[in-house]
Amino acid sequence: MAARDIGRPRPSVLSGLSHMALAVWALLIIAPLAWTFLASFKTNTEIFGDPLQLPGALRLDAWGRAWDKAHIGQYMLNTVIVVFFGTAGTMVFGSMAAYVLARYRFIGNKLIYYYFVAGLAFPVFLALGPLFFVVKQVGLLNSHLGLVLVYIAYSLPFTVFFLAAFFRTLPDAVAEAALIDGASHTRTFFQIMVPMAKPGLISITIFNVLGQWNQYLLPLVLLAGDPDKWVLTQGIARISTLAGYEADWPGLFAALSMTILPVMIVYIIFQRQIQSGLGTGALK
Amino acid sequence: MERLRRYGFVAGFLVVPVALYSVFVISPYIQAFQLSLTSWNGYSSVVRYVGLDNFGRLLEDEVFWRALRNHGLLLLVLPIVTIVIALFLSFLLNLGGGTRGAGMKGVWGSTFYRVVYFFPQVLAVAVVGVLFQAVYRPDEDGVLNGVLGRFGVEPVGWLTEPGLALWSIMAVMVWQAVGFYVVLFSAGMAAIPRDYFEAAALDGAGRVRLFFSITLPLLRDTVQVGWIYLGIAAFDGFALILVLAGDKGEPDGATTILPVTIYKTAFAFNKVGYASAMGVALFFLTVTFAVLTLRTTRRERIEL
Repeated sequence: MAARDIGRPRPSVLSGLSHMALAVWALLIIAPLAWTFLASFKTNTEIFGDPLQLPGALRLDAWGRAWDKAHIGQYMLNTVIVVFFGTAGTMVFGSMAAYVLARYRFIGNKLIYYYFVAGLAFPVFLALGPLFFVVKQVGLLNSHLGLVLVYIAYSLPFTVFFLAAFFRTLPDAVAEAALIDGASHTRTFFQIMVPMAKPGLISITIFNVLGQWNQYLLPLVLLAGDPDKWVLTQGIARISTLAGYEADWPGLFAALSMTILPVMIVYIIFQRQIQSGLGTGALK
Repeated sequence: MERLRRYGFVAGFLVVPVALYSVFVISPYIQAFQLSLTSWNGYSSVVRYVGLDNFGRLLEDEVFWRALRNHGLLLLVLPIVTIVIALFLSFLLNLGGGTRGAGMKGVWGSTFYRVVYFFPQVLAVAVVGVLFQAVYRPDEDGVLNGVLGRFGVEPVGWLTEPGLALWSIMAVMVWQAVGFYVVLFSAGMAAIPRDYFEAAALDGAGRVRLFFSITLPLLRDTVQVGWIYLGIAAFDGFALILVLAGDKGEPDGATTILPVTIYKTAFAFNKVGYASAMGVALFFLTVTFAVLTLRTTRRERIEL
């Protein structure tokens, strides 16, 4: 490139090529998802005909079947319950622990902090067998409460790690003023610090909602015995086997679409927080 | 008095999280190490210690070695392919636009691409697995085979051919992971001062040169983090393989990996002690990998 060219827009051959490469990857992402969505309106014959064909009519019956017969409605409700209490518990206990670890000096502070953060380094598989027996021993196998407690416990390391860093950045003056005015430590936390930490709390809440919503391994082990209590990911994996026997492929794709859509909506609304939250997690 | 109140408060805030975490996370990990020294089957009340027998058996276990070989392949291919694609895409996103006033521009619509690329990352792996079952169906009804069929290609057994199954699964892993690394590398590239590129461009450096002489060296730390993450992911892959190939598939053990083997050994074959030994082996392999990567790639940091 000669120096005199600078300052003028270049004929954008390169820019065009860039767009091509970028668009190809975008297509690779969108195509299977769009295909799934379309397949939920198709008939079996249409699904297994030409994959590029559009559905002949807008049929919604597969969505109804997936919701009732394949219990997606039930699984969805189970998942919402477990994720709601799991995330709420994670946020309450995680932020409490992170707050005192970040802002109070006491004996064993560092030790407890590293005790939590160490949990980030262990592969879940190592604990799988024993975890099953721990949950069985406390009598919470095949119960949503058991799963909620386990979700909270396994979400704590990252939550504490992330929020402790966040609480450390908050200014001291406000909390000190509140304490001098006679507010208790607990009140200072809930009425002053939590509102101040809102951006951090939101990021990590979304992170935990997605993580728990998508969890497959823990429910597979801890809820195996009671299909009525299953969560979505288990249900989907099971339907994919069933669909083969019953030849109800549109039902399967309707079930998949139903699982994907809420995540997609949450993602589009919060994509900025999600990307930055996950990014911070990677750069720890 | 105030001191006491403070300690009471600190203890009150810590007791529940520490208890939950100790019971459900730490104690199972400790038990796993302990159980790896036993021949426990998961239900008998007698736990018999067998020392390091389980580990001795591991060394002679063909399934274990096959799983390790597959991890090795994953470890080699998954990070390289993902990082190369992600670097390429994020370079295009951030610097692939036209050169205007000597400033390097990202392409138009880069936010849109970033949002789309990242989306598979938030999908449940189980859902992705079921989705790609349809894509990879071995007959002409599969999405991929259907599309290829238009060009006269015979149906391919993506998940049933032993030589192909693991590669097909790796492709899904790359499909899901790339977006995350695009975001990660984009953040790294945004931190590189613009004048570096502008100065180099003034000196006549082309885009390829810019990438290899400026972007890549300055992105070293971020790439290293990505490498470790992908390496650890290569030791996992549980849900995807279980859903895609787990029950019916696994042609000739071509997709056997440790987590799936651990799960089956513990819950289908009731060999909890032996499964724990595999878990411990997996733990040390992961840690060794992380330490080795950090050691071999550590270099003087380039200060900006």
